[in-house]
Amino acid sequence: MNNERWVLPEGIEELLPQDAYRVELLRRQLLDMFSAWGYELVIPPFLEYTDSLLTGMGSDLDLQTFKLVDQKSGRMMGIRADMTPQVARIDAHQLGREQPTRLCYMGTVLRTHADDLSNKRSLMQIGAELYGHDGVASDIEIIRLMLAMLQRIGLGDIYLDLGHVDIFRSLAHQAKLDRQQENLLFDALQRKAAPEINDILKQSGISAVSQSMLSELIWLNGGVDVLNKARKTLKAADSNVKKAIDNLEFIAAQLAKHDPLIELHFDLAELRGYNYHTGVVFAAYKPGAGQSIAQGGRYDHIGEVFGRARPATGFTADLRALMEYSSNPGAVEPGIFAPCTDDEAQTKTIDELRAQGNRVIAALPGQTGDAKSMGCDRRLEKQNDKWVVVKA
Amino acid sequence: MSQQFIIALSKGRIFNETLPLLAHAGIKPADDPETSRKLILDTNRGDTKLLILRAADVPTYVQYGAADVGVAGKDVLMEHGGEGLYEPVDLRIAKCRLMVAGRAGDINQPQAGVTGRRLRVATKYINSARRYYASKGEQVELIKLYGSMELAPLVGLADRIVDVVDTGNTLKANGLAPLEHIADISSRLIVNKASMKMKHEKVKTFISDIMDAVSRGG
Repeated sequence: MNNERWVLPEGIEELLPQDAYRVELLRRQLLDMFSAWGYELVIPPFLEYTDSLLTGMGSDLDLQTFKLVDQKSGRMMGIRADMTPQVARIDAHQLGREQPTRLCYMGTVLRTHADDLSNKRSLMQIGAELYGHDGVASDIEIIRLMLAMLQRIGLGDIYLDLGHVDIFRSLAHQAKLDRQQENLLFDALQRKAAPEINDILKQSGISAVSQSMLSELIWLNGGVDVLNKARKTLKAADSNVKKAIDNLEFIAAQLAKHDPLIELHFDLAELRGYNYHTGVVFAAYKPGAGQSIAQGGRYDHIGEVFGRARPATGFTADLRALMEYSSNPGAVEPGIFAPCTDDEAQTKTIDELRAQGNRVIAALPGQTGDAKSMGCDRRLEKQNDKWVVVKA
Repeated sequence: MSQQFIIALSKGRIFNETLPLLAHAGIKPADDPETSRKLILDTNRGDTKLLILRAADVPTYVQYGAADVGVAGKDVLMEHGGEGLYEPVDLRIAKCRLMVAGRAGDINQPQAGVTGRRLRVATKYINSARRYYASKGEQVELIKLYGSMELAPLVGLADRIVDVVDTGNTLKANGLAPLEHIADISSRLIVNKASMKMKHEKVKTFISDIMDAVSRGG
């Protein structure tokens, strides 16, 4: 006998009733909230041609995507590993609007290997994107929506980490780093590996000013005062860097006005999603979680391959992870157990109760288990020819 | 609310050589891991604790946030991949080299000439060995071992080994010699990404204390 037949593939999970109920409850609450902020729900397909699925997102996503050949067209298809490019395609090509467009989505994504600590290869991705506005106001709206989402699910202390990929990009450009040097440096910056960064810079042959600015980047993190320090340290940088710092400062001030309790942290060497992000990047952290629980940023060029470059900013989170950290109660409501009879009056009473929103579980002939073991705290009982609800 | 600050270390050389650096940061363990069987050591600071782990497990504990910071050899980090970690400081302790070694007689033999077939390489550093040989454009057969690598070439299990070499005495005693240098190894201070953001004051003070200690020591 093969008694390991029940084993699921590594990193693939299922939700049992209790968790499934909580996830579904959260999904409804959050999609309702997104809708109240003016975000329209879209439901992109679970798989599509890799031509459209993988454009503009870099090779990381390519590796992450499960692929299969479409027997009908002979073309390669991929199961989405991230819904953001799908939603960008919908905005750029399907909708084709000129005005700002707000979209939200929720769906399962699959990944060939877990890229985070949870070891999950299947995530329930939920997110919101704002297209068609190039400016800090849309970044602020998206960040505020993400924070509102985290508040809605009852997450207590949140730390918001803010960065801006233009800072490194402009410094690298100004230093005239070649592609390979930039990649090496990018990899070392991600790990804040100071010794390696200094080695790479020493061998690069770029100007001393550029070297010192690039090597200082990893120490530019902390509270809002870091921005002032950055202005001094990166004094010799071009105007894009100054603009990026100004943007971060403005965003911080606006967020502090709306939500004075939020803990802001800046990291000017944070380069998550460097392949496709073009501006501010942000992530929310919660004490006890070793990694971010929601993240996003600006990505202005992704629509280009679909014929229209639209400014874009948005965030995503894993709904299941949100559920795990949520302090919202979410127990399945106890039901009413109805005995097994063929009394028409009972059937009618059950219908009425259900119509009022009660959970009524009808006993089956010869079944085992009483009201309690069936998850009910009440039961139906016939008293004086009438069916009434009594405590179980 | 006082935040906990957890430091992950491995026993032995790294622990002993890290102690002076910790002392400079004002942290002294309450027990000696060589005599105590405790895996969590208290320190003179109420909010700071030391985790005593196997060297190869240190990056994992820090990556998952079970420890805020840790000390890990570059050999372990290269093997681990270092993803999800910051490694801001080279502590310049526990120095050694990651090397290819083989029988002393093979020293001038070209790789492919050893056996005429694919080279068999025994190592516990599978990822680092794969990367190294791939960068040389050489396809090799890797054999994962957990210890006493020096034995493998002697009994014909492998043609080469990839291992860290300190003095080279163990190699010599077994008739082996270092053949190729892969990387210089020393220990790094590693930091959990989320701790860096959420326990910013504590972590940054700790990093600058340690950097200060390192520059004085060097």
